[in-house]
Parts: sequence; C-alpha cells; structure tokens
Amino acid sequence: MDRNSRLNWINRLLLPLLNVITAFAATAVIFLLIDVNPIEATKILLYGAFGYEEGIGYTLYYATNFIFTGLAVAIAFHAGLFNIGGEGQAYIGGLGSALIILAIDPSASAWVFIPGSIIGGLLFGALWALIPAYLQAYRGSHIVITTIMFNFIASSLMVYLVVNVLREVGQMQPQSAFFPSASWLPFMHDVFANFGVVIEQSPLNLSLFLALFFCFLTWVFIWHTRWGYAIRATGLNSTAAVYSGIKPKQIIILSMCISGALAGLVGINELVGYQHRLVLDFHFGYGFGGIAVSLMGRNHPIGIIIAALLFGVLYQGGAELAFEMSNISRDIVVVMQALIILFCGALQYMYQPWLIRTLAPIQEQSHG
Amino acid sequence: MDDFLLTLVLTLDAAMRVSTPLILAAMAGLFAERSGVVDISLEGKMLASAFAAASAAVVFGSPWLGLLAAIGVSCVLAMLHGFATITHKGDQIVSGVAINILAAGLTIILGLAWFHRGGGTPTLANDERFLSITLPGVDIIDHIPLIGVIYRELLSGHNILVYLAFLVVPLVWWIVFRTRFGLRLRAVGENPAAVDTAGLSVIKLRYKALLIGGILCGIAGAYISIAHNAQFTRDMTAGQGFIALAALIFGKWRPYTVLSACLLFGFLDAVAVRLQGVTLPIIGEVPVQLIEAAPYLLTVVLLAGFIGKAIPPKSIGVPYIKER
Repeated sequence: MDRNSRLNWINRLLLPLLNVITAFAATAVIFLLIDVNPIEATKILLYGAFGYEEGIGYTLYYATNFIFTGLAVAIAFHAGLFNIGGEGQAYIGGLGSALIILAIDPSASAWVFIPGSIIGGLLFGALWALIPAYLQAYRGSHIVITTIMFNFIASSLMVYLVVNVLREVGQMQPQSAFFPSASWLPFMHDVFANFGVVIEQSPLNLSLFLALFFCFLTWVFIWHTRWGYAIRATGLNSTAAVYSGIKPKQIIILSMCISGALAGLVGINELVGYQHRLVLDFHFGYGFGGIAVSLMGRNHPIGIIIAALLFGVLYQGGAELAFEMSNISRDIVVVMQALIILFCGALQYMYQPWLIRTLAPIQEQSHG
Repeated sequence: MDDFLLTLVLTLDAAMRVSTPLILAAMAGLFAERSGVVDISLEGKMLASAFAAASAAVVFGSPWLGLLAAIGVSCVLAMLHGFATITHKGDQIVSGVAINILAAGLTIILGLAWFHRGGGTPTLANDERFLSITLPGVDIIDHIPLIGVIYRELLSGHNILVYLAFLVVPLVWWIVFRTRFGLRLRAVGENPAAVDTAGLSVIKLRYKALLIGGILCGIAGAYISIAHNAQFTRDMTAGQGFIALAALIFGKWRPYTVLSACLLFGFLDAVAVRLQGVTLPIIGEVPVQLIEAAPYLLTVVLLAGFIGKAIPPKSIGVPYIKER
C-alpha cells in the first residue's frame, strides 16, 4: 500500500474508530469509578434496548428524534456553521405542528392533519433558525452565540404560551388539550396489526419512516444538487466559493433554514406520534444529542442513522439500567454523549500524528 | 415612600446576590476570550464546581475545603478545554459543548453514587457554608435616614464571596489593562502571530488565561452551592453560565461594562421574582418569562448591531497554528 492510501485508511476508518473506542473506554472508567461492573452494565443496557419487542420499539422511537436533530446539525456543518440551536428549533417546531393541528377543523381527515403538522414543524423550525442566520449573514453576529440565546428564548416563550395561552381549559397541568385523533400519526403496532402482524405496543410510530425519508432527501440534496454543492463549497472554503459564483450569505440562510426545519420535526415524533398534545420539554436533550450524532456519523446520512441508532440504544438501555441498578441513573447516557462529543469532536485529531508516524511514516527519498 | 425605598433596596440587595456568580463567571470568560479562546463551557465549569464544593463541604465539614475543591475541579475542566483546543487545535465550541454536557451528566451520576439522594448532596450545616457577614458599625449608622437603610440592607449582610466578586472586577481591570501579562493576553487574542514573533509562547499564554478562568469559575460554582444555597441540586446553575456569557458580550469584553451588564441582568432577575403575579398600572401583568428571557433578548439585539456594536477579540475561535 502506498502512503496516500494508508493516510486515507487512517483518516477515514482508523481515526474515527479509535475515537469512539476511547469514548467508550472513558465511560467504562466512570462505571468503575461508581462501582458498577461495565460488562454487567453493558449486558443490561443491550437487553433493555434489544431484549424484547417493546424495548426495540422504544430504541427506534428515540433514534427517530436523533436522526432529525443529527441531520439538522450535519447540514449546518456542511456549510461550515455550527448549529447549537437544535434544542430551540425542535421546541418551536413542535409548537408549529401543534398550532396547525389545533387550528384545523377537528372533523378534517388525517390527509389534511398530518401533512399540515409536518409543514408546521418544518416551517416553525426554519423560522427559529432564520433569525440567527440572518443576523450572522447580514449583521455579523456569531451564529453560535445567537442560537444559544435563542434556545433560552424559545424555552421562556414556550413556558409562557403553554401555561398562559394554550393550556387546556380547567386543567392545572401545563399542557394543551389532546389533538383530534384523526391527526395522530399511526403507531407502528397499529400499522403492523393492519397487516395481521402482532407486535408489542410501544411509542414507535410512522415518524421513523419520515426520518429515513429525510435521510435520503438530505443525501440527494447535499451530494446531488446544485444547492448542496454550493453548501459544501462554502463550508470548505467560502472565499473560493465566491469565485464560483456562490453567495455565502444566501448559503448561510439556506443551510440554517433547512437545518432548523429538520430539527423542527422532533415534534412530529414526540407530539403528533406519541403524546398527542403539546407538552413542555418534549424536546429536551435531543438538540444537543444531535451534535454528538452528527459528529459520530461524520455528517453523512448513513453514519447519522447508525449513530442515532446507537443513541437510541443508549437512551432505552439507559432507562433499563436505571431500573435495574439503584446507584445509577439515566444520566449516564448524558455522560456518554459528552464523551463522544469530546473524543469524536473536540479531540478528533488527538491520535492522528501518532498514527501517521507509526503507520505511514514519510519515506526517505533515495538519491540515485 | 419609605415602603417603596425599602422594596427598592431589598430588590437591589437580591440583585447583588444574583449577580455575584454572573460577575465571577463573566470575568472568567473575559480572560479566556481575551486570549482568543471561546469559552461556552462557563456553565459546565460552574455546575461541576458547585457540585464539588457541596460534596467537599459535606465530607470535610469546611466551606474553605469546599471552595478549594470547586476551584480544583473547575481548573481541571479548564485544562481539558485547553488540551482539546490549544494543544490539539480542536473546535472550541465543540469542546465547550462537551464540557457542559459532561458536567450535567457526571454531577448527577457521582452524586447518586456518593450520596444516594437523587443526584443532590445532603443539606449543609451552617458551619459548612459561607455565611453572611455583618459589616462593622451597622448599629451606629442605622439611625441615619436613607444611608442607614442602604448600609444595613444593601452593603452589609452578604457572604464573603459576594464582596470578593466585587473586588475581583477592579483587579481584573488592572491585570488586563495595566500589567505586562494583560498586554500580552490582549495581544494574543488579537494577533497571536505577532506575539509569537516577539518570542512569547501563544500556547502558554492561552493556558494561563484558561487557568485564571478556571479559578474564577470555581469560586462562582462554590458561591452557588455553599454560599447562596445550602446544598447541590440537579442542574442548579440553570443557565447562569450562559447569562454570564451574554453579559460578557453585552459588556463588550471590558471589565467594568461587563460588571454593569451582570448587575443589570441580576437586577432583572430580582425584579422578575418580585413581579410574579403582580399587576402593574397601565402595563398590566408582565409575563415573568419575558423578564427571564430579557438578558438573552438584549444580547441578541446588541449583537444585531441595533444598540452599539460588540466587536470580539480579532482571533477569537481560531486555533493558533505556528507554520501558517
């Protein structure tokens, strides 16, 4: 193998793999620190995620959210932007879906409700990303800072709206009235039952297919359209992109709106697919989780599906772990998320110099 | 009128207490960002050190050891940020996010393993906390109208970390604008190549800046758990690190303006608590959420360039690569 193909192997496969292994090793150390056998914990975790049908349902249900937010972060990454505002965009996107459903006449059919709620989620998510994008493109403020601020603004806004405006009449709980049942996105167990296949009940709903469909769309968009090309070109080198007729300001707006729109679909899975009403904090943690998913999946839809599945496993398995072991809680998943962001993101090149030195050293030129 | 005055003084008093961690954290951010390293991990460092402070105070029975543990933990996280972003030239935002999430998860996991109380620490006894100090002469000045009230309610009766926070600000100003280290710190944030050419180590300077930030964040965290409150509870910093970050930007990376921003945000918070459910004349009931969101809204408006302009240090966010 010549040096270039070795370098390719190192950067494409070995380095990401080592990073993930390091993250898991660090998690194992934390398990040992709190007196939990990591192998035992992994067994329980895997059983919780895959051991029974309901567990699998939950795993895929959580993974759906991570696909949406992972794609959102990835699209922004391709444009060279860091969308840390997935939390807020997911939250406001859910509001959009709920508002559309509550506005439509309750006797309407599912064919009106469901496309309407999806459009509502996409639109509101995109709008919540549009303002920071505009400020970055035309007013020179930094997108990371503004999207952080927008996460907090979204959370205050939602508390206000759900408590004071949208709360079900006569109820103390901060949640809206139930959506009309025609608007509910069918559960997977109901769909399977229609075909005569009985599976256990779980929150898993048709959003999973929506998520996979958007993975495909993202792949086509980023690698096979003119706009996708413009986004990647801007992300790699915005100065050079200008010389090929690309307007970076428009690209910032475009990529952030798409990013926000994708994050806005979390509400479809959580609210339209499962809770069937607008509740507070349904989005919690998925926006930040999307960062880990995108980093681990290397901004590619296939990678994102795999990473989202892993996080689904961790979420569902983590719940099982908390149930089985008294001295551990689901927050261990949060720790793993952080370690993955740390080692696959911030420290992603830590091993690179060492790997190159040992596996692909620069050969001495022989002078003849 | 006297009632109004007392309410005002008490609100300002509450504002001082709320501002204290913001001031300390914002000063920490000031050092990091002036040196060219974005630090969105103020929140995580504060949370981790709040946990460390409460844990150490409970176990060793001393607030001072709690403070020390807080500073230690915060510095470790600051050095982790440095290791990722300075040594390995990783993305500063990504590293900050990782530290924030790590602190959020790890405090609960360790708390659960050590104290078995749902992720929090036991309540601290009085001798394990920093208690309020009554300044000398309160009784003498008390009978003077206005000044007496202000002295008794506003200036006296805070714990030592509050006074420390307000003393730190002039010190930071002096370090940043009047010392050789401060000059180099500002230079390394504006033009690291020039600093390098002058024979100074960019890496060392940035590590030093992060270390100072670590110490200050540690004090801020300790204040939250063992001075302002009497135990650690889940996610108890509740976004104060980000408000401090907002204050840092709102104050345009200058110590005294940052202090004013912190006081403003602290005052808004104190007002929000007082206005809960109160109907004002003319305006009607102000939604508490609006006041809560005000620091973020104000910062966005400032960043949009509608009220003045916030210009960050020039090379902020860019890892320094020598060969370039």
